[in-house]
Amino acid sequence: MQRFAALLDGLLLTPSRNGKLVLIADYLRDTPDPDRGWALAALTGAVDFPAVKAGTVRSLMAERVDPVLWALSRDFVGDTAETASLLWPEPATPPTGPSPTLGEIVTALGSTTRSAAPGLLASLLDQLDTAGRYALIKFATGALRIGISARLAKVAFAQAFSVAVDEVEEYWHGQHPPYGPLFQWATGAAPPPRTDLLPLFRPFMLAHPLEDQAISLADYVAEWKWDGIRVQLVHVNGETRVYSRGGDEISASFPEIAAALPFPAVLDGELLVRGNQQGGEAGGAASFNALQQRLGRKTVSKAMLAEAPAFVRLYDVLIDEGEDLRGEPWTTRRGRLEALIPRLDPARFDLSETIAATDMDSLAAIRAGARDAAIEGVMLKHRASPYVAGRRSGLWYKWKREPLLVDCVLMYAQRGSGKRSSFYSDFTFGCWDGDPDAGAELLPVGKAYFGFTDEELKWLDRHVRQHTVAKFGPVRETDKSLVFEVAFDSVHASKRHKSGVAMRFPRINRIRQDKPAHEADRLDALLSMVT
Amino acid sequence: MAGCFTWIKAEPMGIRIVPADAWIDPSRAVERALVTHGHADHARGGHGQTIATPATLAIMGVRYGVAEGTVPADYHEPIILGGGVSATFLPAGHVLGSAQILLEYAGERVIVTGDYKRSPDPTCLPFAVTPCDLFITEATFGLPVFRHPPIADEIARLLAARAANPERCVLVGAYALGKAQRVIAELRAASWHEPIYLHGAMETMCRLYEEQGVQLGDLRSAAGVPKTELAGAIVICPPSALNDRWSRRLPDPLTAMASGWMRVRQRARQRGVKLPLVISDHADWDELTQTIAEVNPAETWITHGREEALLRWCELHQRRARALALSGYEDEDD
Repeated sequence: MQRFAALLDGLLLTPSRNGKLVLIADYLRDTPDPDRGWALAALTGAVDFPAVKAGTVRSLMAERVDPVLWALSRDFVGDTAETASLLWPEPATPPTGPSPTLGEIVTALGSTTRSAAPGLLASLLDQLDTAGRYALIKFATGALRIGISARLAKVAFAQAFSVAVDEVEEYWHGQHPPYGPLFQWATGAAPPPRTDLLPLFRPFMLAHPLEDQAISLADYVAEWKWDGIRVQLVHVNGETRVYSRGGDEISASFPEIAAALPFPAVLDGELLVRGNQQGGEAGGAASFNALQQRLGRKTVSKAMLAEAPAFVRLYDVLIDEGEDLRGEPWTTRRGRLEALIPRLDPARFDLSETIAATDMDSLAAIRAGARDAAIEGVMLKHRASPYVAGRRSGLWYKWKREPLLVDCVLMYAQRGSGKRSSFYSDFTFGCWDGDPDAGAELLPVGKAYFGFTDEELKWLDRHVRQHTVAKFGPVRETDKSLVFEVAFDSVHASKRHKSGVAMRFPRINRIRQDKPAHEADRLDALLSMVT
Repeated sequence: MAGCFTWIKAEPMGIRIVPADAWIDPSRAVERALVTHGHADHARGGHGQTIATPATLAIMGVRYGVAEGTVPADYHEPIILGGGVSATFLPAGHVLGSAQILLEYAGERVIVTGDYKRSPDPTCLPFAVTPCDLFITEATFGLPVFRHPPIADEIARLLAARAANPERCVLVGAYALGKAQRVIAELRAASWHEPIYLHGAMETMCRLYEEQGVQLGDLRSAAGVPKTELAGAIVICPPSALNDRWSRRLPDPLTAMASGWMRVRQRARQRGVKLPLVISDHADWDELTQTIAEVNPAETWITHGREEALLRWCELHQRRARALALSGYEDEDD
């Protein structure tokens, strides 16, 4: 338990992602089973002891601490587990012998009853120091809330045992704490766990950006790059699940999609909402903005289903009627996919058409002339490419359209985190809401924290410090004298922003020291690019 | 007679001694001030007359340029303030020169603690428990969650972190007056005799401590020292410099902070601290309650800090108490 407690404290005090990965990876390598599996379960939110609730801890404390002193302390500390760990009365006789292990704690808490739980928890707390008590309460109540995502824990697992994170993702599903088979596979002691009979997410195949590679359309096929969200549909044993890019299940947000796949398959495609922007008026899709309203919902109203119906534009098939096609070349998979399309409801599924272009020059012309600004660019897929997890060089490329550009004025800056922790590196910039010479004001239109070099960052940091006019906590307001050329992929109408627009992927393209602030762009310029 | 104390007034700008027309630790310039210790939230320049211990006066001379109208008050020597009031400065154990002030008038004894602690500190005299009728106590760490561990444990953690990171330096954020010198003295007591490097803001005060007889060993300025020389070293800076540009000159510093607030994880996290050291120059909860019990006054007034919890403790222990609302006292960096 002391080791797990030290891990939690380390994670809490380590802001950098890499630092956190190292801490978790070291822990997983150096800690024996089953403790490390239980720690992994805690980090990924998979621990639950029905007999122990947050209320169990509160009532334990109520028996030991005056309620007024408890309330004042809890209010100051801001965390029930930490407050309890600090206020727990040290036992009259200090504990002797080793503190309980995570495995022993799981055995004890897992077999207890709701009435016996408080006594058990109290006796465990008596055997631990402050940090151990904090970790025990966090662990037992199943709510770590220390800012570690399940994905981060899996990346750390992969790092610890030098295995591919996509394989970890694939084998993870269907495993239960303390993940014995997963550790056995990762340490080379056993083959990977079987996954073919479970409705599991398979890691996506991803694309590299096309830079100056020479590509022949004899080898590669071109498709539009649609601006929706990547989804995977998995149907096994009569059940369909919809997974998003990170492997999170989003079936509940898109019940009409989950209900529309009637046969066993694993399909890859772009989730879109019906509209008239991407791919023509009839059977086309709306902009990403329309789709955004459907994301992150636990339940969907009938009105929402009618107003913004979703569909999937399919571009690959991984498994067809139980047959794993991932090792087959793209052309074979494409043929199988096209054969599947007639079996699917056209209101819910269509096929991502390939683009007929003879060579890269003609493709470039088609790409530049794309009628729909909401299309992000084109995809280039090697005709012989198997379906492999992650980004493998030479197989798939994304060829994005040239970015849109706008000149904005730096308004606010905030210090970054990690290696940028002492630098002002997060910038909010604005455009004029009219003629600056006639008293127009700047309205914030976006925020960016990359696009510049380390040298430029130092220069920007100095500029911010020397041009600060006001401070609001960590934020500095600057004198609005510096112009940025901001690059972005697209811009959408947004009610959540005062300027009425929201950019996608804004980044600092150039620092325009040569340009006076009043010559920066006006909001009209951005509004004219709204899709 | 106990429970009257009408000659002592708690006003927003400080504690007023009415018959003597004098103030204790006033937050604005007054004709006549008694100053408990040299921290900026208690000691200010510009008073007509400043009465304080010689060490506190020396600190105020360096920090606030106080030179005129100073009246040194030696520990345990009563000073006649006039109007029938006498004042005696007693060691408070907070920082060098810090004092509690015992006021006597018409047979009533009142103690104003200023800031204090009960755990040992090699840089100043220990708190003197003294009986009185009214005890006016600080409450900076007046919550039961605050229990400062023995300082030797924290110093051992600091030295262990240093040893585990030979390529890096350990950068310790510590308040420039008191905390920094105490950390240095405790490091020396733990047999750390290597040079300790200082941020410029620390140097004057360390020199003053040495002049006052507190030995701090080999201290060097961190300015201009090459990174290679600072690998494996201990560097001390004010808390505000921990994450500032200043620290970029150091070899991948492991940031530590010596403060009673480090007991609470989120406080350490907000400060961006990797190695929180729970070291405080204030009394923790146990010391506050133990001191009230030992002094055993007829009445307790509680000021600057988390007054409510200590007030509640007094209520639970059938002690007469009230909370004062004094402004301007803050100790975010302790």
